[in-house]
Amino acid sequence: MEIPKSFLGYKRENGRAGTRNHVIILPVDDISNACAEAVANNIKGTIALPHSYGRLQFGADLELHFRTMIGTGSNPNVAAVIVIGIEPKWTQKIVDGIAKTGKPVEGFHIERTGDIGTVMKASKKAQEFSQWASEIQREECPMSDLWISVKCGESDTTSGLASNPTVGNLMEKMEPLGVHLCFGETSELTGAEEVCATRGATQEASAKFMKTWNDYNDFILKEATDDLSESQPTAGNIAGGLTTIEEKAFGNFQKIGNLKFIDVLEPAEEPKKGPGLYFMDTSSAAAECITLQAAGGFNIHLFPTGQGNIVGNPIEPVVKLTANPLTAKSMSEHVDCDVSKLLSREMNMSEAGDELIKTTLRVANGRLTCAEALGHKEFVMTKLYRSA
Amino acid sequence: MATDIIIHDKKDNVGVVVIEKITPKQDCTCWIMEDDSTTNIQSINEIPLGHKIAMIDLNEGDTILKYGHDIGKVVKSIKKGEHVHVHNVKTKKW
Repeated sequence: MEIPKSFLGYKRENGRAGTRNHVIILPVDDISNACAEAVANNIKGTIALPHSYGRLQFGADLELHFRTMIGTGSNPNVAAVIVIGIEPKWTQKIVDGIAKTGKPVEGFHIERTGDIGTVMKASKKAQEFSQWASEIQREECPMSDLWISVKCGESDTTSGLASNPTVGNLMEKMEPLGVHLCFGETSELTGAEEVCATRGATQEASAKFMKTWNDYNDFILKEATDDLSESQPTAGNIAGGLTTIEEKAFGNFQKIGNLKFIDVLEPAEEPKKGPGLYFMDTSSAAAECITLQAAGGFNIHLFPTGQGNIVGNPIEPVVKLTANPLTAKSMSEHVDCDVSKLLSREMNMSEAGDELIKTTLRVANGRLTCAEALGHKEFVMTKLYRSA
Repeated sequence: MATDIIIHDKKDNVGVVVIEKITPKQDCTCWIMEDDSTTNIQSINEIPLGHKIAMIDLNEGDTILKYGHDIGKVVKSIKKGEHVHVHNVKTKKW
């Protein structure tokens, strides 16, 4: 199949392009959720991103909080941002971070004004942003404007056999077009970590990966009360036939095809080394992982599932594929791309990869994903340790 | 002929059931992805979609190979054609 050279996206002030055109109301902290949600309720065409954290965090955990907030606001799928926090200082820090992209952003703090006054002021600005954004048209953008993140969930053996290698096939075909690609899930590479390390494009990338994995594994060994057999693999994984974390890891790893990764990113870190594949240090919990990848700047997500994970994200469209014929049938409203014919061998891997490319481009051009149509917008911050 | 079981790599000692289930004493056709070859096996148990079947006799302590890689150890001996899962295989991690 000849892959189109372009897609229809929203060009942004900083040269990036979005597959979506959201105006977001971003709370800095948990106690500002109510205000943010009230604004989003007042003004059509906006979406609030409530979450659970942002108070009394410190050190690397606080840095990650800011990186996730600023990265989310900076994502090219976002046209404009209203930031609402309790205090002015942290609110302004996030506004300033997002403003570097050149997009419209305005901050409001609740202290000394209260919710009602803040909702009024922020709603006026949000209305202005929403109407402004509604006039932005999709334009032809080079394929290299796609930044594709991947993560699998509710995996079973059909994931490793078919849906994950389908993503790998897409990666092999799309990498030459200059796209950015990102995989993560540090914990779910356990058992395949040494093989994964050999896929670093440079010795530095390989060493950085092993350090990231070792740091994670040391943490697990320190915190675990028994072993992780109850969590990894999950009950869903086991029901689907996966027996051990090693088996899950080698299945997971099929998503990157034959590619090599050029760098290892911190959670929510934006890639800086140009087009190609990146590994990001993330949890393997679906919503947390996608939230971090979206904050890293990725604008479309591919999500292979076996038993049927239903996750979505508020700003990054999540394209689901499955090779499990039972899931494709019983949960069809969650499946954007059915590749179950791989198992019956009525379809080969290259055909499946082409199907996924077609689906991905339709979604990039504006088709709603199943998760979007069903209202899935899981925005889950990763927290590294307890607050002060 | 329809494929009942897919095996990733020639070295693998387990295959994955890709039909809704295989029944006891079923003669199954297996496809090996790595070299596009075909082999056969008779099942001992009923095994559902996505679950694994032993392609050879395996003893306690043996290593299970899938994707050509080590994915765990046998903790209870397994006969060729038997269901391979958490009751007879455990991780080598943790």
